[in-house]
Amino acid sequence: MRNQIVIAFVVGLIFSLGLAVSGMTRPQNIIAFLDVQHWSPALALVMAGAVTVFSIGMRLALRRSQPITGGRFEFPGRREIDLRLVAGAVMFGVGWGVGGFCPGPALASLAVGNSEVIVFVATMFAGMIACQKLVSD
Amino acid sequence: MDSQTVSQALAGGALIGLAATLLLLGTGRIAGVSGIARGLIIFRRSDYAWRLAFVVGLVAGGYAFYLLRPEAFEIGINRPLWAYAFAGLMVGFGSALAHGCTSGHGVCGVSRLSARSLLATALFIVSGMLTVWALGG
Repeated sequence: MRNQIVIAFVVGLIFSLGLAVSGMTRPQNIIAFLDVQHWSPALALVMAGAVTVFSIGMRLALRRSQPITGGRFEFPGRREIDLRLVAGAVMFGVGWGVGGFCPGPALASLAVGNSEVIVFVATMFAGMIACQKLVSD
Repeated sequence: MDSQTVSQALAGGALIGLAATLLLLGTGRIAGVSGIARGLIIFRRSDYAWRLAFVVGLVAGGYAFYLLRPEAFEIGINRPLWAYAFAGLMVGFGSALAHGCTSGHGVCGVSRLSARSLLATALFIVSGMLTVWALGG
């Protein structure tokens, strides 16, 4: 259990480093990717880099019978494509296009203290709670 | 895009992929920030410690990087505070509905060639692009 905590903390550090280095903690860069009229492909490269490394890393990790700290590999079991997925993704995209933030970069930016980020993170958690209460899992 | 932007985007993306790999290898979990954060508020006690550790790492790592490179956290776009409140609600609710965000679906799910994730990611992007276009960039 304690090893899991240490690993998760270090992973959080590396993840935030990746977000900051890639420029994804700047909403301006997200908006530039989502702006079809003045398109900047930088975010596509970030995703390409991440997917490439994780594709390889995941396959290597799955050669093991278990994670290093024991237990099992836990992948989401859902397979169905439903209205909930579509509606959720569209909503997410709207929020992303308005604010230029998604959960990772927002949390990584939280301690910097910008009021935009604090407000975003607060209402993001509110939105998550609201969904949990209003929509059955 | 200049070569520095390209290399930073790829390097940052690779770090994100590395972080996700380490979380999977170490704990067997998928690095979907919205799911990890959502688990925190819904008080899944047995799960709590590593989730909190990840988020603390994310916040701490971001702040540490800010001390070195504050420009990495410049917002750079002009939106009123209430727009961030709206954006956060949409991102929070939307990611909860879709059971994932740009890291969970966009990086991990895409790497697994999950149909749900491929669709969700495409919809995030299209919806985001339409939103930015509607807002006038």
